Amino acid sequence: MTVKYTKDHEYIRVEGSTGVVGITQYAQEQLGDIVFVELPTLGKSLKQGDEAAVVESVKAASEIYAPVSGKVTEVNENLSGEPGLINTSPDADGWIYKIEIADAAELDGLLDAAAYEELTK
Amino acid sequence: MAEAPTETLKTVVLNDKHVALGGRMVPFAGYSLPVQYPAGIIAEHKWTREHAGLFDVSHMGPSFLMLNERSGDADADHAAAAGLVEPLVCGDLVALKPGQLRYTLLLNESGGALDDLMVGRSPTFPGGLYIIVNAATKDADFARIEAAVSSRATLQRADDNYALLALQGPEAVAALDALVPGVADLTFMTYGTFDWQQDKVFVSRSGYTGEDGCEVLVPVADAGALWDALLTDERVKPIGLGARDSLRLEAGLPLYGHDLDETVSPTEAGLGFAVSKRRREARDFPGADRILREHGGELARVRVGLFVEGAPAREGAEISDGAGSVIGKVTSGGFSPSLSRAIALGFVPPEHAKPGTQLQVSVRGRSQPATVAELPFVPHRYVRKAKP
Repeated sequence: MTVKYTKDHEYIRVEGSTGVVGITQYAQEQLGDIVFVELPTLGKSLKQGDEAAVVESVKAASEIYAPVSGKVTEVNENLSGEPGLINTSPDADGWIYKIEIADAAELDGLLDAAAYEELTK
Repeated sequence: MAEAPTETLKTVVLNDKHVALGGRMVPFAGYSLPVQYPAGIIAEHKWTREHAGLFDVSHMGPSFLMLNERSGDADADHAAAAGLVEPLVCGDLVALKPGQLRYTLLLNESGGALDDLMVGRSPTFPGGLYIIVNAATKDADFARIEAAVSSRATLQRADDNYALLALQGPEAVAALDALVPGVADLTFMTYGTFDWQQDKVFVSRSGYTGEDGCEVLVPVADAGALWDALLTDERVKPIGLGARDSLRLEAGLPLYGHDLDETVSPTEAGLGFAVSKRRREARDFPGADRILREHGGELARVRVGLFVEGAPAREGAEISDGAGSVIGKVTSGGFSPSLSRAIALGFVPPEHAKPGTQLQVSVRGRSQPATVAELPFVPHRYVRKAKP
């Protein structure tokens, strides 16, 4: 299983041709309690770097960008009722949306786990 | 995501305590201060509403004003000291009783707020005032006060040689009284001096969370010991600036620089109570013409509370009426941990200010429903009379 990271603290977990996108453990710690998540529209086509979602902490709103280009195939509706899942389980239950990866080559430009860890040191 | 400090930040006396407790330090009003501890803003907020939250507000501007030439007549000396400051503010300071505190506003000639502040009459020292101003405006405020009092009184800043702690919540006063006996006898908006260790501390029954509680001005040498002693009480936990903001927002209290600025009058801000009757009748405060016109009903805008559906509407979000015309702006907004919904403060024309009025706010270019709410969002629990 491949997980790649952006320097903006999103992760994308590659499952075949689909990517599961969320924010990293480091990002949720930095943001603090998440109180609202604006999910992307199903079926929306995103280009790499497009704003895909917004997570709101008590204090501020933060944009979540698309790590790669593709179409949104699923969103995590559980976050509408329980946005705090991003805090308690950012890389499992707190995933935000799934994307059909348009160009797998874009993944190569993202950070691997070691490079991301280095970034957050 | 993280804000990079662009200037050298001052640190508070208790900086090492905050870091050791895992406080996330952020720049605020020129100081490095904890926005939250590991518990997080929501847990800290709720703890304060249920128990006792300990805040370090040492960035603020406490000070003492002393009349230079005293007559020996306590009331006359107080009236003389209060009379030096009154021309700057809209409150009746002369009427303060010994140990009484009042919330008031420093105004410019147009009646706009230069700051909001607390002024107390010394319980023991005739001709002495205790003045606490906001952090971001303190240098300008102190300069303004010093210019007004000239050689007749001396302003002694207490922001560098003291720490200012706030202990807030339903269990706050009992927790402080266990360490500093006697503070439970204070009633809301009074203060006194008390012995702590080898020194004196100034304790007021006041705060900015809507809860009962105290603010304690403690000499630097004893500040760490008092902080530690309070935290050994299981009712007390450290609370950061994030929860301080969400608590005051729920309490409907304006934050200077956001809900108040030099264009906003006390009347517009819903702070008409701070413009005292005696001063209104005398028309002897800055911007009296405007403020009295507004008091008579000629108001262009008023501060309201809003329940916001969906995403929180933050400062700057436009407020529209039912027909979609922009009528105002949000000045503070966020998430209410007590109510688990988005709330905001903003300004709208008075005809749109009635609780229940349906409005809209614009968040990221989309309209969301908002309803004018009664303020405070969460009831105040001040203790105006001491328990028998």
